[in-house]
Amino acid sequence: MSAFGLFTQILQLLLSLLLAPFFLGWLNQCRAWLQNRQGAGIEQPYRKLGKLFHKDAVIAESASPLFRMVPYVLFGAMCLAASIVPSLATDLSFSKAADAIALAGIFALARIAISLAAMDIGTAFGGMGARREMLVGFLAEPALLMVLFTASLISRSTSLTVIVETLAHRHFEIYPSMAFAGIAFLMVLLAENARLPVDNPASHLELTMIHEAMILEYSARHLALIEWASSIKLFAYVTIGIALFVPWGIAQAADWLGMAFALPILIAKLLVAGAGLALIETLVAKQRIFRAPEFMGTAFLFGVLGMLVHFLLGA
Amino acid sequence: MAGQYINLLASILLLLAFAMLSQRRIKSLINLFMIQGMTLVANTVVIASTTGQTHLYYSALLTLTLKVVILPWILYRMIRQLNVEWDVETLINIPSTMLVGIAIVIISFNLALPISHLAGTITRGTIGIAMACVLLSLLMMITRSKAISQVIGFLSMENGLFFAATSTTYGMPMVVELGVALDVLVGVLILGVFFFQIREKFESLDLKHLEKTEEE
Amino acid sequence: MMEILAVLGFPLLGGALLAIWGERRWAPEFNSATSLCTFLAASLLAFRILVSGPLIVLNEQFFVDSFNVFLVVLTAFVSFTTTLFSRPYMRNEQILSSLSSQQLRLYHSMYQIFCFTMLLALLTNNLGILWVAMEGATLATVLLVSLYRSRESLEAAWKYFILCGVGIAQALFGTILIYFAAEKVLGAGGTALLWTHLDAAKGSLEPTVLSIAFVFLLVGYGTKVGLVPLHSWLPDAHAEGPTPVSAVLSGLLLNVALYAVVRCKILVGGALQNRFADDLMIGFGLLSVLTAAFLLWKQKDIKRLFGYSSIEHMGLMTFAFGIGANFAGLLHMTVHSLTKSAIFFAVGHAVQHSGTKSIDAIRGLIQSPAVGWGLMLGGLAILGMPPFGVFTSEFLILTHAMQSHPWATPVLLVALGVAFASIFGKVQAMVWGEMEGKTLPHAPAFLPILLHLGIVLILGLYIPPHLARWYHEAARLIG
Repeated sequence: MSAFGLFTQILQLLLSLLLAPFFLGWLNQCRAWLQNRQGAGIEQPYRKLGKLFHKDAVIAESASPLFRMVPYVLFGAMCLAASIVPSLATDLSFSKAADAIALAGIFALARIAISLAAMDIGTAFGGMGARREMLVGFLAEPALLMVLFTASLISRSTSLTVIVETLAHRHFEIYPSMAFAGIAFLMVLLAENARLPVDNPASHLELTMIHEAMILEYSARHLALIEWASSIKLFAYVTIGIALFVPWGIAQAADWLGMAFALPILIAKLLVAGAGLALIETLVAKQRIFRAPEFMGTAFLFGVLGMLVHFLLGA
Repeated sequence: MAGQYINLLASILLLLAFAMLSQRRIKSLINLFMIQGMTLVANTVVIASTTGQTHLYYSALLTLTLKVVILPWILYRMIRQLNVEWDVETLINIPSTMLVGIAIVIISFNLALPISHLAGTITRGTIGIAMACVLLSLLMMITRSKAISQVIGFLSMENGLFFAATSTTYGMPMVVELGVALDVLVGVLILGVFFFQIREKFESLDLKHLEKTEEE
Repeated sequence: MMEILAVLGFPLLGGALLAIWGERRWAPEFNSATSLCTFLAASLLAFRILVSGPLIVLNEQFFVDSFNVFLVVLTAFVSFTTTLFSRPYMRNEQILSSLSSQQLRLYHSMYQIFCFTMLLALLTNNLGILWVAMEGATLATVLLVSLYRSRESLEAAWKYFILCGVGIAQALFGTILIYFAAEKVLGAGGTALLWTHLDAAKGSLEPTVLSIAFVFLLVGYGTKVGLVPLHSWLPDAHAEGPTPVSAVLSGLLLNVALYAVVRCKILVGGALQNRFADDLMIGFGLLSVLTAAFLLWKQKDIKRLFGYSSIEHMGLMTFAFGIGANFAGLLHMTVHSLTKSAIFFAVGHAVQHSGTKSIDAIRGLIQSPAVGWGLMLGGLAILGMPPFGVFTSEFLILTHAMQSHPWATPVLLVALGVAFASIFGKVQAMVWGEMEGKTLPHAPAFLPILLHLGIVLILGLYIPPHLARWYHEAARLIG
């Protein structure tokens, strides 16, 4: 375990924790601008977290200990996920702990935890939200795996750091398979992070909400942790996307100078990604929940096509 | 480098085949057909410039006039006259159609493997994609009930065949290509007349009404 | 060379002229005259080939040997006799079904264009042009089948176009694959699709590619032959189009499609050095014979009945070429083509006479002796009754099958037996019995029926040595 590895690992984790609310704020702000609204400002998620941490928690009488544990499990899982995705450098101390497949597993763990907590209280909304979340997750997961497999096939490894290193440091080539995987990944990202067109993060309409329905019973610090975890999840997804599809500029092992450049490059990419996501969310309409399987099926299709194209064309 | 462009264009064709399979709107279907034609033209030009096969430029020009300009124009005109411009087709079970589509892609890739090993062309990898495009268009024709969508499926199958010809052998002899183009054009004109006659007799372009004479 | 140009030029020119004057009073006669000229040119061509051997002309684009010249003559002859039949038939139809002058023009013009595409398919040396001509034949017949513009005919034509269009697209893929294999041996450019060059180099063509190509070609052209399970367009197209079109569809177009299959089989068989292509043809052929024979039983429409009978016989020929009974296959092609078109001539008049196509409603055809006897004798001939020629060819196929594929013989016998029972029962019921028919405004043409059945009878009793030599020559070419 090199000193550089440890340093980048800690730096990256801290950065994820701090930048995640910023990214969410930036995304919402872009959306507001695109929709001709003033917007709450980029710092709004931080303010919200601060407010929630200062409140007293209220917990339902019927809640079991599981209900209290889940926010921490969720937050822990997301921190782990954020720390194994190479966003600044490809030399990460934790990277040996989990590969791309384990990453999908970590997301699944978090999903199961929150679904259980949602059902724990026994309210109608919780159960409904949990059911919908599992449906989306169940369909999104294979698609995500297909995307990761396509990338793994190119680099011949499932380790995220190796994948990113291979992709970042070979001369520019057009990979049709990666283009397919990119589309699939974008669709998975939207669905998994409760964004339009699968879920609307800004709505509490009982007919359509998925994520919000599950966390209705949470308050104060628990809610803060969950909100924070969701923003880290979104951040992690975006950095996976950046690492797989536009990895240029990431620092190599023991490359202190590269590190200095990596951070501004990453932030620039995040700004562009946020604006792009905001644009997509402005352009598409919320789909009926029954169309979600079709949406995820298409994502899966793209993932599989990416893999097949890779096999046939070798690229 | 050219090989990469060809691979990319081939993938786009495959993508378009799937998009056509799931597209409900007839007008968008024609748009997709037009994009398919443009992709073919781009592909042919890339192959022509890399290999120096001058006759491919002519065939690209032929494709451009026929499949990007004339046929879409005829089809647009037709749907406007038939007043089905905004028709939406009810497609049942898109996900399972897609799964069948994936199965088809796998089968055709396997089938094409021995052929692509033999091919000496720079486009060898794309033979499987061409075969997949042909079979996917066939699937599209099976799943559609509207006359116009079936015809578009037929035309996109012909596009797939053209792609197969350019990618396996750098194009068929010109006289054959001209003949095929003529057949396609005449076919579409005849079918255009058919649309009007079918509409007049059945008051609909939906071929579900057309199953009166039972299979005996 | 002049002969080839004449054979192709007459129908093309006739088609163009009839597109302008097709509704005139003399158009049917002009139609017959054009076909007669084509037939004479074809006979001349055949004579030349018999005397001086195979002919490759016009930049090697056309190629005539004993195999295709025999089909050219047959095609020209049957299309000529069909125009004779069509003369009074279409005049009656004009009155009975009130065809517009535009429809008549379309009919006459497309009939000649259809003949042109078939002759082009037979004469061309280029596999690509063969495909183009077959597709052209499809397009021309689609227009002919939909001539009446009734619901049923539109549906049949649509089905025909879509199925054959899809099928023939597969054939194009097969052709592309053949070109792909040939290009490696013969080099790029036009020669790699010329059949003569392919035939010369067939030993060195890549076997894997050719076997895949043959599957696509057999499915593609097989759709047009009407092989089960790709046959479902055939009965509809036969039933809903005008009867002369049914006659040429059954008698000629199916033959031409089978010709394309056999040409491809020669190449693939030569390249593969195994029985893959033959076995495929045997399988498809047997399946078609069996399925069609059992479906015959259920038919209620007289034209559909004989449509299914065509499927059965095309299956039998495919089987024959598959087991290598080429002589018998060629003979069967001839006699089936003549007999089936004669039957359709009789059926056409029978339908006009009784005003219905339903088998249950048609009775007492014997009132008009030529129609009644024509249908009766034609029916007996097609069922393989001696002394007609169909008996000879079926007998030869069966004996050949007994030697090489004994297990297939009982299957064939069962199928032929079932077909006999179904068709004979239905034909007998239609010929005898009492019914008042209409009197037709134009007297039916009997000459074509007599001519066809006469030739079939002669071929059953005695094959002239010249003809036999010719058949043997062609059978040798198929290999």
